[in-house]
Amino acid sequence: MDYLSGAEMVVRLLQDEGVEYIYGYPGGAALHIYDALFRQDRVKHVLVRHEQAATHMADGYARASGKPGVVLVTSGPGATNTITGIATAFTDSIPMVVLSAQVATQLIGEDAFQETDMMGISRPVVKHNFSIRRPEDIPVVLKKAFYIASTGRPGPVVVDIPKDMTAPDQKYPYTHPKEVRLRSYTPVVRGHAGQIRKAADLLLQAEKPVIYSGGGVILGGASSLLTELVRLLGYPCTNTLMGLGAYPGTDPQFLGMLGMHGSYEANMAMHHADLILAVGARFDDRVTNNTAKFCPDAKIIHIDVDPASISKTVRADVPIVGPVDSVLRELLALLRDSDGPAQPAALKSWWAQIDEWRKRHGGRYRTDDSKLMKPQEVIEALYRVSRGDAYVTSDVGQHQMFAAQYYKFDRPNRWINSGGLGTMGFGFPAAMGIKLNYPDELVVCVTGEGSIQMNIQELSTCLQYSIPVKILNLNNQSLGMVRQWQDMNYQSRHSHSYLESLPDFVKLAEAYGHVGVRVESRDELVPALEKALALEDRLVFLDVHVDPEEHVYPMQVAQQSMCDMWLSKTERT
Amino acid sequence: MRHIISILLENESGALSRVVGLFSQRGYNIETLNVAPTDDPTLSRLTLTTRGDDRVVEQITKQLNKLIEVVKLVDLSEGDHIERDLMLIKVKATGGMRAEVKRCVDIFRGQIVDLTNSIYTIQLVGTSQKLDAFLAAVSDAQILEVARSGVSGISRGEKILSL
Repeated sequence: MDYLSGAEMVVRLLQDEGVEYIYGYPGGAALHIYDALFRQDRVKHVLVRHEQAATHMADGYARASGKPGVVLVTSGPGATNTITGIATAFTDSIPMVVLSAQVATQLIGEDAFQETDMMGISRPVVKHNFSIRRPEDIPVVLKKAFYIASTGRPGPVVVDIPKDMTAPDQKYPYTHPKEVRLRSYTPVVRGHAGQIRKAADLLLQAEKPVIYSGGGVILGGASSLLTELVRLLGYPCTNTLMGLGAYPGTDPQFLGMLGMHGSYEANMAMHHADLILAVGARFDDRVTNNTAKFCPDAKIIHIDVDPASISKTVRADVPIVGPVDSVLRELLALLRDSDGPAQPAALKSWWAQIDEWRKRHGGRYRTDDSKLMKPQEVIEALYRVSRGDAYVTSDVGQHQMFAAQYYKFDRPNRWINSGGLGTMGFGFPAAMGIKLNYPDELVVCVTGEGSIQMNIQELSTCLQYSIPVKILNLNNQSLGMVRQWQDMNYQSRHSHSYLESLPDFVKLAEAYGHVGVRVESRDELVPALEKALALEDRLVFLDVHVDPEEHVYPMQVAQQSMCDMWLSKTERT
Repeated sequence: MRHIISILLENESGALSRVVGLFSQRGYNIETLNVAPTDDPTLSRLTLTTRGDDRVVEQITKQLNKLIEVVKLVDLSEGDHIERDLMLIKVKATGGMRAEVKRCVDIFRGQIVDLTNSIYTIQLVGTSQKLDAFLAAVSDAQILEVARSGVSGISRGEKILSL
């Protein structure tokens, strides 16, 4: 048996959990752990330039791989700087373990230098948090942290480690805990068989069904099961912003994204459906619009691993609590044994209706009235040039919605964005976390000139560790989504949504040792994208100037039903 | 509707703040709160009363169940139960009020547990409603101080909240 200090146990446990990269920033209270990191080479540490970026890097990795990302920061400001990233992961149910150093036990409560109550500050935005009280507890507590973070409905777990717990001169016997059990935490492993049977019967009888799936299908590794189910039934499928890629975006049964900026046909189909099968989705307000007017004729089957997500905003007729993969597998077995959908004639006219909606408005944009490039065409060009096969991260705003609408994701874990919290500054570090772990893949951060400046300092980290992500900056010289709302709701009073004094992004990229390219006209776009992709080992910053007047459509009319939408600046359903 | 939710909680520091934090975070209301260790030193029992329609209370119990340190919980108001609130109250007791307050205490089956020339300290146990009624009954006297424990409760009959 090995005798290790607390700091060494932290690092050894990370090794034993198979953690390859951690992201962090050192400081006084974390120095024992940093010293233990220095004396080994299995766990590689990435020094960010701001702790928020460390959490987003870990988060991006987690979203792409399904495994928990790990962050290490010091006490006080190091810890508080992670809060936005922890909250981002919490809202989207992303597995993450954040190790925050703390002042020594005897100083806690004395307002010591760099002391802050990380347990208290992080509490509302974590799945759970732990404070280390005895060094010998470190292996078990860290194991619990990984277990809680990655099981059930995943989420971030914080472990607060006072400096004296990691003192190098005190050694304790170390064993890697093979498994941990918590009497008060037992994630459900399968759904209720009777409920699944009821769901199968309802599905087979449906005349106007829609299958609506969310991020839970991706987190639960159930994309292929979902695809199989949708194809077996032949029903239309729509994905939430978090669920894109769970069902192939280019498939004819796919209706596109639903919700506030969902496709016309997805929102129309939802509103008129007689049955909705919701899988790993949580009826978020950006999906449902006004819940009182939500899908008036639909019976709702809701599968989710988190019972609290069921009937929270919209009442489910058939609630099924369980992991989406096991429930879908059981549901599939029942459907395969059945005679198939019982209402073929009704389904045929349902599809005819959907095709009608598709024809009437495919959510197209117009390029003819503008010399300026439209942001949508930039995304479409990216889609073509990257052959639809990139990892695409985004920040938050119009560019995020355009990317979600115009990049067709055929695979899960490829579309990485902060859907729930809406964290500007997320996309770039998230892309870094993915690129670092998948060096042979193309990773593109679609961003805007507002969002990118919220973590621009990480250009420096990319140089240090050679992380050649591509940044596609849709530069409209304004906070586009804010501006859109101001156009629509505040008579175009653009209060603080105009970004004056923008930096020269090309020079900025060059100052950090990268390649910067400005794209101002349509004919430069594809060559610039091709050049960026060809420079495989360089970070390329494409500063693409787009039309600031463009709005994201469709856009649901606030407080109305799913099917009340603006389809352009002048056209309403 | 009023609900009494009783929780077995890991007896760990910070566990209580998770429960209380959940209520403020999600905009739920706590009317009374009572928490103490049980016969099992690793467990605390926390009882709280709250108000809300069925949907809200369903969410409250689901969200509470998600807290890692909540081991088990029961909504006592869903079945037959016994509930008790304990109140200590100091009342000005001089002149004619001295006998009047004493009569009230007897009627409500309370006890005078301490006294001075001018003050009674009264202990009263019962449902919250009974304690409220007592406060109304002695409202002619000058109430100097009230300390209530908050509701504690337990199911009637065979039903047991344990591991």
